[in-house]
Amino acid sequence: MSQHYAIGIDAGSAQTKAILLDTASLTLLAKVALPTGWNPKASAETACAKLQEHCAKPGTSTIVATGYGRVAIPFADKNITEIACHAKGAAHCFPQADLVIDIGGQDSKVISLQKGGRVRDFLMNDKCAAGTGRFLESVARLLGLSIAELCALAVCDKACTITSMCAVFAETEIIGLLAKGATPGAIAAGVLTSIAKRMHGLAARMPRQGDCVFTGGLAQSPVCAEVLSRELGYPVCVPDNPQFTGALGAALEAARLAKEQKQ
Amino acid sequence: MTWSSFEQFRAITDRNVLRLQEEKQAGRKVVGQYCIYTPMELVLACEAIPVSLCGTKNDSIATAETVLPRTLCPLIKSSFGFALEDSCPYLAASDLVVCDTTCDGKKKMFELLAQRKPVYVLELPQRQDEEGLAYWQKQLELFKAKLEEHLQTTITEQSLWQAIDLSRRFRAALQKVLDLGKRKPSPLTGLELLEIAFRASFMPVYEECVEELENMAREIAASVIAEDTHKPRILLTGVPTGLGSHKVISLLEECGASVVCIDNCSCYKKVRPLPERQGDPLALLAKHSLPIPCAVMSPNPGRYETVAELAREFSVDAVCDLTWQGCQTYDVESVSLRHFVQDTLSLPFLQIVTDYATSDSEQLRIRIQAFLEMLA
Repeated sequence: MSQHYAIGIDAGSAQTKAILLDTASLTLLAKVALPTGWNPKASAETACAKLQEHCAKPGTSTIVATGYGRVAIPFADKNITEIACHAKGAAHCFPQADLVIDIGGQDSKVISLQKGGRVRDFLMNDKCAAGTGRFLESVARLLGLSIAELCALAVCDKACTITSMCAVFAETEIIGLLAKGATPGAIAAGVLTSIAKRMHGLAARMPRQGDCVFTGGLAQSPVCAEVLSRELGYPVCVPDNPQFTGALGAALEAARLAKEQKQ
Repeated sequence: MTWSSFEQFRAITDRNVLRLQEEKQAGRKVVGQYCIYTPMELVLACEAIPVSLCGTKNDSIATAETVLPRTLCPLIKSSFGFALEDSCPYLAASDLVVCDTTCDGKKKMFELLAQRKPVYVLELPQRQDEEGLAYWQKQLELFKAKLEEHLQTTITEQSLWQAIDLSRRFRAALQKVLDLGKRKPSPLTGLELLEIAFRASFMPVYEECVEELENMAREIAASVIAEDTHKPRILLTGVPTGLGSHKVISLLEECGASVVCIDNCSCYKKVRPLPERQGDPLALLAKHSLPIPCAVMSPNPGRYETVAELAREFSVDAVCDLTWQGCQTYDVESVSLRHFVQDTLSLPFLQIVTDYATSDSEQLRIRIQAFLEMLA
């Protein structure tokens, strides 16, 4: 029997993430992340090529694409939305989960799950970048930091209050705070708190009995997870490599598709 | 699919403006209306022409924003923009514009509109109880007197009954067409349902409109429907939509859904049947129009009843609630509607908040696709 691989590609607005699974066992064989840049097709191709270096045995593969660039990936067998993929990926890592909070590059979402990782309901932030990774990126740039450095600084216990609901105006607000002598740590803590409050505003609209999973790049930072869980009032579960949750969901869907086609 | 009656309806309604001008030259008066709470029967009873006014296009919004705040809903901005530009031929032709006190944004916009056009403000109560009804009937009496004075005519009981009969036939004919969406699959797309209701609302000759709608209903009902496509059937509810503000209906259908019923005041809310002929015609009109379940009413029990009824009659798989940005009443009501649809009707629910611009189309497409994935 020849080997069959399941590949999930999450072409996000900032990063392209890809995951390689063994279709039969769903064992994780490899993962790749690279900047999406201006050409989601090219970065998806590069990511795929890198994954295939990890295929020990020759074989066939099924590819599922997700993320905003998913429609630009012609070699995918199927494309599904990142909402469905984050749900699948999160439920795979935490079978007791019924809520997923994802803070992505250009939008943030709260997904309510039913059994088996299917989406029951979801809410997304409105037409605005505040509360997204993009917003955090611009604040980090303003402070001359990387996002990781900014998150690490946010342990400061005197967080500034950031009230603007718009990313552009929040930037103006931060410039004002800096002028008044606020420290980068206080600003970083304030920004994370403001994002966490927005997510709480969405999450509170959904029922929750089981685990709440925090996915997306920001979930890599323990400080971020702590701030979010403080604002929510309950703990959040973070999968290993949370930025790959969407790609994992896509790879799981690829495996399901391959098994279905085989029957 | 194409139908000759639909093509004929398009050809006739393409000439709506020309036809209105001909009628005006022949001495007919025109009364523009923004809202379906205004009983068009009173206007018809004057032998005047009730017409809808433009307010569904993005083009006039930039002009409106030279005066109005940007955060106002696109419907109010678009309507006012048309007035500022003098680019709506129906508004230009109107001898009187009736403005209902529905939401706060509209009320205040009408004050500005009154500086440009003869405006009559119809005071709509916000409660649909006995007191509200008595108040509303009184307002309709005042409106009747205003029409008689302004258009120099007399509305008799007989002319009002005749107008009610015409309106009854118009509503029934439009309903026949819109009810085609109950079939599986619907022979008409959501965009076509919208187009038909939209074009009909600008037709100056109502008798002709009834005839055209009847023809369409007959031909389309008789056509052979292809096998079931298994597209998810969507009930769209919420704010008014028209050509130019049809973005969400297009997106839903591009993503593979079939919008089978549009529960808003530009479409299915128009066809609520008039009660049987009895008693005072004005009382009948008050009783018919006040229960329209617009989100400006508080409480608004009819909204939930209507959504439940339409969801059942049109056998829908899900409900999509459209809210224009800045429309507070529909936005807040969506919170209760979500619970009602999910918990009582056990149907999936998606609220979309947007405006007329296409800038967020791709973000909306993702939400809509994810919603349709949920139904699969």
